[in-house]
Amino acid sequence: MSVLAHIRGWLDERFGLQQLAEPLKKKAVPLHKLSYWYFFGGITLFLFGIQVCTGILLLLYYRPSAGEAFESVQYIMTRVQFGWLVRSIHSWAANLMILMVFLHMFSVLFLRAYRKPRELTWVSGMILLFLALGFGFSGYLLPWNTLAFFATKVGTEITGQVPFIGHEMMTFLRGGEDVTGATLTRFFGFHVAVLPGLATLLILIHLALVQKLGISVPPSVEKQWQEKPETARQMKFFPNFFLREAMAWYLALGVLGALAAIYPWGLGTKADPFAPAPAGIKPEWYFLFMFQTLKLIPSKVVFIDGEVLGILLFGLAGAAWILLPFLDNGTRRIGRKIVLGAGVFALSYIVALTVYGYVAK
Amino acid sequence: MDNPDSHPHKPQRRRIVEILLGGGLFASVASFLYPVLRYLVPPAVPNLGGDEVVAGKVGDLKPNGSKIFRFGTRPALLILTADGEYHALSAVCTHLGCTVQYRPDLHEIWCACHNGMYDLKGRNVSGPPPRPLDQFQVHLRGDEIVVSRTRGA
Amino acid sequence: MDMSPSNARFRWLFLLPAILWLAGPVCAQVVNNCVVCHSALDPPYKVTEEQFAHDIHSQKGLTCAACHGGDPTKADMDAMSKSAGFRGKITRSQIPSLCGGCHGDAAFMRKYNPSLRTDQLSQYVTSVHGKLLAKGDTKVAVCIDCHGVHDLRAVNDAQSSVYPLNIAKTCSRCHADAEYMKSYSIPTDQFAKYNTSVHHDALVVRGDLSAPTCTTCHGNHGAAPPGVSTVQNVCSNCHVFQAQLYEKSPHRKAFQDAGLPGCVTCHGNHGVLHPTDENIGAGPKAFCTQCHVSGDAGYSAAEKMHDSLRQLEASIKSSDQLLQKAESSGMEVSEARLELDQARDSLTKARVSVHVFQLGPVEQDVQTGLKVTEKTTKAGKDALAEREFRRKGLALSLVFIFATVLGLYLLIRRIEGPSH
Repeated sequence: MSVLAHIRGWLDERFGLQQLAEPLKKKAVPLHKLSYWYFFGGITLFLFGIQVCTGILLLLYYRPSAGEAFESVQYIMTRVQFGWLVRSIHSWAANLMILMVFLHMFSVLFLRAYRKPRELTWVSGMILLFLALGFGFSGYLLPWNTLAFFATKVGTEITGQVPFIGHEMMTFLRGGEDVTGATLTRFFGFHVAVLPGLATLLILIHLALVQKLGISVPPSVEKQWQEKPETARQMKFFPNFFLREAMAWYLALGVLGALAAIYPWGLGTKADPFAPAPAGIKPEWYFLFMFQTLKLIPSKVVFIDGEVLGILLFGLAGAAWILLPFLDNGTRRIGRKIVLGAGVFALSYIVALTVYGYVAK
Repeated sequence: MDNPDSHPHKPQRRRIVEILLGGGLFASVASFLYPVLRYLVPPAVPNLGGDEVVAGKVGDLKPNGSKIFRFGTRPALLILTADGEYHALSAVCTHLGCTVQYRPDLHEIWCACHNGMYDLKGRNVSGPPPRPLDQFQVHLRGDEIVVSRTRGA
Repeated sequence: MDMSPSNARFRWLFLLPAILWLAGPVCAQVVNNCVVCHSALDPPYKVTEEQFAHDIHSQKGLTCAACHGGDPTKADMDAMSKSAGFRGKITRSQIPSLCGGCHGDAAFMRKYNPSLRTDQLSQYVTSVHGKLLAKGDTKVAVCIDCHGVHDLRAVNDAQSSVYPLNIAKTCSRCHADAEYMKSYSIPTDQFAKYNTSVHHDALVVRGDLSAPTCTTCHGNHGAAPPGVSTVQNVCSNCHVFQAQLYEKSPHRKAFQDAGLPGCVTCHGNHGVLHPTDENIGAGPKAFCTQCHVSGDAGYSAAEKMHDSLRQLEASIKSSDQLLQKAESSGMEVSEARLELDQARDSLTKARVSVHVFQLGPVEQDVQTGLKVTEKTTKAGKDALAEREFRRKGLALSLVFIFATVLGLYLLIRRIEGPSH
C-alpha cells in the first residue's frame, strides 16, 4: 500500500474517517442553467478563510491603542517583509467578501432557495451577512486614520438615534460618550474575538444545514424535472464540483494578489480627534446606500425626526429580510410576489443609492 | 462517453495534467508560503510606535551641540547643553514653518528665515514666531537617547 | 453707641450702605448733554450717542468739553457760552497741540493707561506732516485724520482706522488721491503698489500682524520716508540675514557711492513683489542687468548664481515627482519626503545667500541641497524598483496560479470526458 493509504487507514481506525466521508461522497449539486450561482456561497467562505489567515498574520504586528495603531499599520506596510501584501489582501478581501455575501444572498432570494425546509439556512445566512457588515465596520476603524475615525463617529452617532435604547447602544459601541482609544480597543475585541466566534458558530450551522438538506433547485427547474424526471441532472460534489470550486477559488487568489500589488490599500493620515471633520465624509461603499438615504430624508417627517424614521425603516427592513422565508412559505402566490418584488426593489435601491452616494457631493 | 484510457496520446496527456496540476499547485503554494514565512521574521528596525523615537546614541553630541532628527513626519531638534542636560523640541518654526537651529554662541534656538528666537524650553522670546515650540521628553535607555511626546498631549 | 436693632434711631444706619451702593452708579453717570442736541443736527454738527459710545475717550469718562470746552451738564445754549470756556470747532492747525496737551503729559496719561506712549506730539513735529503744518499747510494729516474724531477707537480695536490691517487704507485716503496730492511733488501710486506686494499678502491675506504696513517703515506719528542711505536699516529689522550679507557684499559700497537706496534699488519700496529666481542673472526679469553688462565680473557671477539656483530647484522638483509617483503606487516614502524638505531649506538659504553677491556662498548652499536631493532621488528610485519587484512577483505567482487552474480544468475534463 502506498504511504498515503497507510496514513489514511491509521486515521480511519481512530477517527472513523470512512464513516464521516460517506455522506460527503454522496453529496450532489443539481445541474441546470443557473448552477453557476452555486459558486457564490463557497467563494464567500473562501474569502472568510483568507481573512482569518491574513488577520492572524496582521495580529502579530498590529497594536490596538490610539497612540500606536496607525504607526503599527504603517510599520506593517513599510518595514515588515511582505507586510504590504498581507495588509492589502486583507483590506481587498474584506470588500470582496461583503460583495460576495450580498450577491449570494440575492441569488438565493431570486432562486427562492429559502423555501421550506431551508428557512433556518436563510436565517443563519442573514445573521452571517450582518456579522460581515459588523466585521467591516469594526475593522475599518483599526488603522486609526482620519477617514476611519470620522466614519466611525458618524456611524455610531446614527446608532445613538435609535429610540429609547439608542444612547445605550452608542455608548456600548463607543466604550464611552465619544470615539476614543477606548472605542478602538473595543472594536478590536469585537473584530478579532466576538465576531469571529459568532461567525464560526453560524457558519458551522449554515454548512451543516446545507449538508443535511442538500442544495436547493430553483422552482422553474424543479417543475421541469418533476414533469420529466429523465432531464434531471446532477453533479457529484467530490470531486467534480469541488474541482470547479477550486478553480474559482484559485482565480480569486490571483485577483486578490493582483489587486494588492497594483492597487495597494492606502493608509491616509493619523486620526486627530481635535481636528475638524474633513469635508465629504462617507462610510465605506457597503453602508453608503443607508447613509445616502438618511441624508435624503427630510429632517422632520410629520412629527417624527427624519433620522429616527430612517433608522426605524432600515431596522424593520432588516427584520423583515430575516423573516422572508416565512412570508413566502409556498402556500400563497401573493407571498412569492411580495418577496420577489421586495428583492427587485431592494437590489435596485441599493445599487442606485450607492452610485448616487459616490456621484453626489 | 469516450474512455480516456483508450486515447492514443493518453500517457502524455496524463503526464501533462499531472505536471501542470502538481507543479502549478506546488509552485503557487510556494509563492504563497514564501511571503508568509518572510513576514513572520521580525524586521531589524523595531516598531516603537508613533510617540517615541531613538534620536541618537550617547556620545553623538558634544556639550553645547545639537542635531536634527526625524520624529514622526516632522523634524525635531536635540540639544545637549554645556552642563549635560538634554532638550528635545519640535524643529518646525511656529512662524512660517522653516526648520530652526540651535545657536551655540547664543545658547538659544534661532530661525534663519525671519530671525525668530526661542529659549531652550521652546518659548518664543523674540521675532515673529507667535507660539512656543512643542517640547518633547528625553530619557536615556542604556546608551540610546529616546525622545517621546509629552504624556497627555 | 448702642447699635442693636432694638434701638430704632440707628436702624437707618443699616440702610446707608445700600443707599451709597445705589448712589454710586448714578453719581458716576457722566452727564454729557451735548449729544442730546447734536445727535439730531445735520453734518458737520452731527454726533450721535452711538458714535460717541465707540469713542475711547467717552469710554474713559471724558465728555465733549474735554476738547471743546463748554458746560456739558447744561441742556441749553448756555452750554456753549464763552463763560463756560467753549472753544467751538478746533482749527486743524490747533489739533496736534490740543491732543498733545493730554497725550504728551506723562503724569496725566498715567492715570488712564500707564503703558501708552506720550511722545506722539514730539514725534509729529519731526514728521513731514508736522513740518508742513508748521509752515501753514492745513491739507496735511493731523491727529484726527488718521485716528478719527468723535468715534475714535483704541488702536487694538479691529475696526479702528489705525489697526494694523487698516493703516494702508487710511494713509491712502490722501496719498492715493491724485487730485488732493496735486500740489505735492510725490507719487500717488504707493497704495496701489503696496496692494500688489508680498507684505500686503502677508499682512492682509495671511493675517500675519508682524508683516509691515506704511507705518512700519515710515513711522506713524513721525512719518517720513527713510533716507536713501538708511533704507536698508529699516528693512534689516526683519530681514536680518539678508542685511548682514549685504553689508559684507561689494554692493554696499557701490550703492552708497552711487547714492542708490540699498535694498530698494532692486526690490522696490512699496510694490515689493515676492522675489523669484528670475530676478537673478541675465534674463528679462533680472535686477542685475540694470547695472551689469555682458563681460563684467558681476554679470557672469549673476548668471552662474541663477543657473545654480535653477539646478537645485529642478533637482528638488524631479525628486518630488519621483516620490509622488512612488507614493501613488502605494510605497511609503515619508522619510525621503522629510529629507526633501531639508533640500528645500537649502534652496531658501541659497536664495538668501545671494545677498552677499558672490558666487561662493550660494554655490555652497546649492551643493548642500543637491547632496540631499541625490539621496531622496535614490530613495524614490528604490521605491519604484520595489514597485517593479512586486509586479514581477505578482506576474510570477499569476503564472503558477493559471498553471494550476489549467491543470484543474484538464483534470476535470479527464475525469468527466471532453463533453462535460
